[in-house]
Amino acid sequence: MEILWSANLQWVLVSMLFLGMAAGTIGCLSYWKRQSLMSDALSHAALPGGVVAFMLLGEKQLPAMIAGAAVSSLLGAFFIQMIRSSSRIKEDTAMGMVLSVFFGLGIMLVTMVNRTGNGNQSGLDSFIFGQAASMVRKDVFTMLALAALVLLVVFLACKEWKLFLFDPAFAAGLGLSMRLMNSVYLAVLVLVIVIGIQAVGVILMAALLIIPPASARYWTKSFRSMLAVAGLFGGGAGVSGTLFSSMGAGWPTGPFIVLAASFLFLISLVFGVEKGLLVRAFQLWIQRRRLAESETAIIGTGVKRG
Amino acid sequence: MSYSGWILLTASLVGVSCGMIGVFLILRRMAMMADAISHTVLLGIVIAYLVTRELAGVHMLVGAVVAGLLTTLLVQWFQGRGVQQDAAIGVVFTTLFSIGVILIAAKAGNAHLDVQHALMGEIAFVPWELVEVPLIGEIPQATFTLLVVLAVILLAVLAFYKEWKITTFDPELAASIGIPVAFMHYLFMGLVSVTTVASFDAVGAILVVAMLITPAASAYLWTDRLAVMLALSSAFGAASAVIGYYLAVWLDTSISGSMAFTSGLVFLFSLLCSPKHGLLARLVRPALRNK
Repeated sequence: MEILWSANLQWVLVSMLFLGMAAGTIGCLSYWKRQSLMSDALSHAALPGGVVAFMLLGEKQLPAMIAGAAVSSLLGAFFIQMIRSSSRIKEDTAMGMVLSVFFGLGIMLVTMVNRTGNGNQSGLDSFIFGQAASMVRKDVFTMLALAALVLLVVFLACKEWKLFLFDPAFAAGLGLSMRLMNSVYLAVLVLVIVIGIQAVGVILMAALLIIPPASARYWTKSFRSMLAVAGLFGGGAGVSGTLFSSMGAGWPTGPFIVLAASFLFLISLVFGVEKGLLVRAFQLWIQRRRLAESETAIIGTGVKRG
Repeated sequence: MSYSGWILLTASLVGVSCGMIGVFLILRRMAMMADAISHTVLLGIVIAYLVTRELAGVHMLVGAVVAGLLTTLLVQWFQGRGVQQDAAIGVVFTTLFSIGVILIAAKAGNAHLDVQHALMGEIAFVPWELVEVPLIGEIPQATFTLLVVLAVILLAVLAFYKEWKITTFDPELAASIGIPVAFMHYLFMGLVSVTTVASFDAVGAILVVAMLITPAASAYLWTDRLAVMLALSSAFGAASAVIGYYLAVWLDTSISGSMAFTSGLVFLFSLLCSPKHGLLARLVRPALRNK
């Protein structure tokens, strides 16, 4: 346990808490834009950019890799948009293509870097499945600051986001620029993805954006509290997943975080107060009983009259 | 056959099988389901491996089909419980994939099955794992599996060609004339899983998505006829595989990664140059259309 509570791990845990919270809240925006899988495509698309930044610098520099990842992720978003709007190819096909082709390019580049035998290559493999424990203090602070920024953007403009998601026509009438909102949305989404990659990995980063909002829906109907609950679940999954993965030598962080998030999802699915399985079963049972009671009452009155 | 000959043959078989299945995937708007299944198949393979301690043959196919169908069922079940479709896909496949990765990391990790292999495949090792097949002689295990799977796909597509066509383009009509739409759906998902697992050795869990979707999407830009699309898509798949192999040899890099990348280039070419739906044709055509 002493190792668990080393100063470095404490900082890693704090930053995972913030990352999880940021991802959970941004995930709510994607959820209501019905773009959950878009985040999956964008996180896979981030791989080649991160590797190119590494190749240019020749060493692992987190800010540069984040910037490179952000560029290729945005390029992926541009391709999806372009393919969808300028051809007969549907959006989900475009997403699948961008996801797998960019990832293929990333794998090509990673393999090339690994074959040149550069000593600092270890940082690249952790890009795929994430290795939160390997982050140094500077990386942790970078992540922490960016995640806090994202949280700030979502919560400060909460009302605007609500309009943007649920009543774009009204929002446009109020003079809110939909273009601007869309750009800000894409920017914070990509930001969360690229800062999370180091810790969670490109393949599973999307899970941290998708699962907490899906779980939060079982607890509340209000958008604001959904943001809070999803943030809470995301943060909880980030922290507990990181703790579990640090118990085994070389265990990847990403899969454990995902399992922690899925566990919270199952709990929500069963016990959630909004259409959770138990609540639904209970309501069904009450209705059946009422129906049965009213039936017996009708039959009873019928008998009396007869 | 020579070492690179086997690799080329195996890669082309992946291209052709995935190309045919991919056509129906994108026409049925199930591209992201393919992505999900290609991830969850990993769990099926790992569990089959943990149970039998063998990394070949029928067990893996069975494990993969079960995992694929489980994914389809779970996604539908969650949708019925009020989760949006793409969120449901996201929840199911990331969870099952994570369980697979953790099982590999904690239990099954060894020379035969590691995470690297699961992601990118190891087509360079394919020619070393030989099996003895009657009449043909010694042939790599993965190549043999792919040959069988391609035969199954061809059989399924040709035998039910009309049924596939109707259920794909007009499921309601199909239901009204008594074609078992749900059965065809699950049969198709089974085919997707089998194709994925057969391609697993060669291209890995994630890059198989590229081989499934991209050649079919390219073919979709060139033709409106299903039969032509099937042929074109298979040809594009095989071409991506062969060109990708030589690109990888030239750059000394991952073969599967470069196959995926090449399929992307083929798509980009189609997007620009296709006579009917291409961007260049669009630039030229307004002048004609205005007449």
